[in-house]
Amino acid sequence: MATDFGQFFLHSLPNLMSGLGYTLFLTFISITAGFFLGIVLALGRVYGNKIVNGFCVGYIELIRGTPLLVQLFIIYFGLPSIGIIFSPIQAALLGLSLNSGAYQAEYLRGSIQSVESGQMNAARSLGMNKFQSIQYVILPQALRIAIPAWSNEFIYLLQYSSIAYIIGVAELTAEGKFIAAHTFRYLEVFAIIAIIYLVLTIVSTEIIDRIAKHLSIPGIGAAKRVSLRDI
Amino acid sequence: MSMLEVKDIYKSYGDVQILKGVSFIMEKEETKVIIGPSGTGKSTLLRCINQLSPPDKGQIWLDGEEITNRKTNINKIREKIGFVFQDFNLFNHLTALRNVSIGLEKVKKIEKDAARKRAMQELTRVGLEAQVSQYPAQLSGGQKQRVGIARALAMDPDVILFDEPTSALDPELIGDVLDVMKSLCGKVAMLIVTHEMGFARNVANEIIFMEGGVIVEQGSPKEMFTNAKMKRTQEFLGRIGALYGEEETGG
Repeated sequence: MATDFGQFFLHSLPNLMSGLGYTLFLTFISITAGFFLGIVLALGRVYGNKIVNGFCVGYIELIRGTPLLVQLFIIYFGLPSIGIIFSPIQAALLGLSLNSGAYQAEYLRGSIQSVESGQMNAARSLGMNKFQSIQYVILPQALRIAIPAWSNEFIYLLQYSSIAYIIGVAELTAEGKFIAAHTFRYLEVFAIIAIIYLVLTIVSTEIIDRIAKHLSIPGIGAAKRVSLRDI
Repeated sequence: MSMLEVKDIYKSYGDVQILKGVSFIMEKEETKVIIGPSGTGKSTLLRCINQLSPPDKGQIWLDGEEITNRKTNINKIREKIGFVFQDFNLFNHLTALRNVSIGLEKVKKIEKDAARKRAMQELTRVGLEAQVSQYPAQLSGGQKQRVGIARALAMDPDVILFDEPTSALDPELIGDVLDVMKSLCGKVAMLIVTHEMGFARNVANEIIFMEGGVIVEQGSPKEMFTNAKMKRTQEFLGRIGALYGEEETGG
């Protein structure tokens, strides 16, 4: 049985690795694109005029108020009817990025607003314009404060990227489904996949923790993220 | 022409009128102290001068340039107006050295090494050469405020506005900050809002007494403390004198 499982595992490995590659690709591209989108949305919410703020609120509420799956369906199945056609991987990247951007915007907005208003006053008093003040004074603090909450978003995205399987992206879960459908060994396959996600989560949490520690500065809310190991 | 001219400044927050027509002038290298009860608009006046809270009405000129004119580049003007805050407002994510050099680097576009060298000089001037690489959270209140002063000084301002610079400090730390401020007298113009009457008396070229959003009286420390014309000024100084002891405000 043990050798049987070993053989089965080895046999499945190429598919699993290929799926893992897609999962990581989806996660890293989407978290990065979502990060920049999130910064823009958060800044728009905090510093924008009524129109900009209203647009950002509308976008964020729209995304957060609808299921990710529905968003993916609209992008992948819906848009072609108005002539916009994406491949599965493109649709998944776009959907996950747009979705993550809205969530990251809210994390970032919270941390931007937690920087004392005196910081902006001091920056402006030196003669910095608003943009410089944000760039050199507000964001360096806000981003550090945001890391713990942001690491949750990373983990969510890593796991939610599995939804891309439904529109036909051959990521980790999709490969599992493929292997299982051919071998009927659902339990083993999805147990292996669960362990892969678990390891990915623990490793990425650890990496983000180390980055947070590396970037931490005395006095700036380096509240430690509660990690699995602390529970 | 005076270095700083403040003409008939009005400012309201909502329905509350804070400043009701404040005018005064300041010369180069003059030290002026604004005193008066809390809630009288002293801090608001300072924030009007550097446009952190632009006034509703009135004009302000610095070196003949109208700050209150919408066409004036306020960022350029602010380079010439240092501001020292009651609660310091040091940049939390930067060392003392970088707190002082960042304005030089990002606003004055001075090359990094030169900016840091200058920052080092200013920190030495305020007695903090040993603390240059510490972050604000690692400094005492008095040290933070001296970094705040060094940060303002490094920009070579025409005038530095001090908004109750010692009010947030423990009593034993106030002296260090006041000593630094004293050492700047006659080198750079200072407009200081403070409750430190001893300091006002010994250091100011002129004292402005404000109450209820207007200037009640202004004059030399000697005139104000011994020969104030307005009854309200006498009362205020008398009360402060009783509170802080004779050696600070009396005889």
